[in-house]
Amino acid sequence: MIQDLVVYLLFIGYAIGFMLGLATLFTWVERKQSAVMADRIGANRCYIRIPFTNVRLVAWGLFHGIADGAKMLLKENFTPHTYDRFCYNLAPWLAAAPVLLVFSVVPFGGTVTPGRLLPQLHAFFGERSYLMQVASLDAGILVVLSLSGIGILGTMLAGWSSNNKFSLLGAARAASQMISYEVAMGLALISLVVTYGTLDLNGMVTRQSGLLLGFLPAWGIFMQPLAFLLFLTAAIAENKRVPFDLPECESELVAGYFTEYTAMKMGLFMLSEFIEIVVVSALLVTMFLGGYNLPYLSAGGFVLPGGASWALPHLAVVLLQVGTFAAKVILAGCFQIQVRWSLPRFRYDQLMGFGWKFLLPLAALNLVVTACVRWWTL
Amino acid sequence: MRKDYWNKPEMGLWERLYIFEVIRGLCITGSVFLGNMWKWLTFRKGALTAYYPEELRSDYSPNNRGRHVLTQRDNGQVQCVSCNMCATVCPAYAIEILSTANFADPCHPKAPERFEIDYSRCIFCGFCVEACPEDAIRMVKEVPDFPGFDRDRMWAGMDLLMNWRPMRDPAKHYPTPQAPLREVPE
Repeated sequence: MIQDLVVYLLFIGYAIGFMLGLATLFTWVERKQSAVMADRIGANRCYIRIPFTNVRLVAWGLFHGIADGAKMLLKENFTPHTYDRFCYNLAPWLAAAPVLLVFSVVPFGGTVTPGRLLPQLHAFFGERSYLMQVASLDAGILVVLSLSGIGILGTMLAGWSSNNKFSLLGAARAASQMISYEVAMGLALISLVVTYGTLDLNGMVTRQSGLLLGFLPAWGIFMQPLAFLLFLTAAIAENKRVPFDLPECESELVAGYFTEYTAMKMGLFMLSEFIEIVVVSALLVTMFLGGYNLPYLSAGGFVLPGGASWALPHLAVVLLQVGTFAAKVILAGCFQIQVRWSLPRFRYDQLMGFGWKFLLPLAALNLVVTACVRWWTL
Repeated sequence: MRKDYWNKPEMGLWERLYIFEVIRGLCITGSVFLGNMWKWLTFRKGALTAYYPEELRSDYSPNNRGRHVLTQRDNGQVQCVSCNMCATVCPAYAIEILSTANFADPCHPKAPERFEIDYSRCIFCGFCVEACPEDAIRMVKEVPDFPGFDRDRMWAGMDLLMNWRPMRDPAKHYPTPQAPLREVPE
């Protein structure tokens, strides 16, 4: 029992560190990537001076994340004249906490047997083995959908309790946008559930570990390419980032639903946006890009399609799986940032039309076709 | 069919499908990103931006008038006779001159001991150049190198103002300046 506690505390620490670390990293990646795309240099003014010398560590502007965090923590905490202090103070937490919780059901590695990692650990752990996942729930996808649904509440509360018309407009837009895109997202995920026959995210990743046609990894993107596109679109819309940034569009609504928030409360909204990039990337990777599976890597080592194999120790396999998951998440996040800096925004009617008249019928069609194929092949 | 508004875009089926145009746009930005990233990774500069205080841009227009210089006589003495006309005409009151007597040169007994321009106030109108009876002050295309946090550090003294290479003035034979170029007075 104490072994379980140790392992799960480690998992929880890893999950939180993974999300917050990557979210901080993505604030830097967003600045630098957009700069390189636009022939600019990007943030590079922040430095740490090595004490007693004149050597300045710039580190490609990586310290801007620390500077931003310090700035947000130290700024004046302005509160508007609102009649609903409680909701005003609750909203940032309601926006940030569910996003953090979603990651708990995402598997970030395969099965780990701590006793076989290092010989010294065997006496303590024995032959217990754990799925590398904070909570391995049967209803993984349902938890993901319901938790990301709670995030809307924070947005709406923020807009409503700010006593500001910009905020209220932003919140109204956020509510309608997130609700309508959640429908398409849910339908796209249902077709995926039909394909895999499970709601458990770890089960889905296990289903993706095989090969298609003998050489292609059986990832969800090859099994369900349309569902991948639909989920990606809906997920970016859920994240309220640029092609769908109507809730917080700077050009019309100042900052949308968090206009009246300052200091770390505003920072929580910002941070939850960047954590959501990580979470969306993690979900994309888990459901469509093979999760922690490296092609041709099984629990014992590499097995190439030609028949050649290369056995690896358990520790190497675990590290490879965790590293593969992290690398895939970073790449998927970079792709989202690329989308954010490439595409022009929708108008509000285009946004609604795109969601209800284009994505939703496509998702339904995809579901019907998937169900038929599944029916014939069963 | 009549358009709803005059510049409503006419989109074919390909554009209307949206996804292919999105992929094309992503390919464009992605190729720019990869090209610039390749330059950075091979230790070249993949951006058009100049690192401003560290790096001076070289592409100022030849018509730019960004910095004052004081012309010199053949013997290296400053040509200014400190008549104060530039300081009088200056609309921003940016020029301060402290005169001194120079009896070694009987033709020009009055010369500036200090000639200072406050670049935090100068508006680069060029009136001082117009007012000068001796062609002693001119403007050149460079800009003074004064980024800083302190307005009091934005004064240009005679060491900076006389520190230029008049390559394009064949009428006069100037000595080569001895001090290094672009030295910011503390």
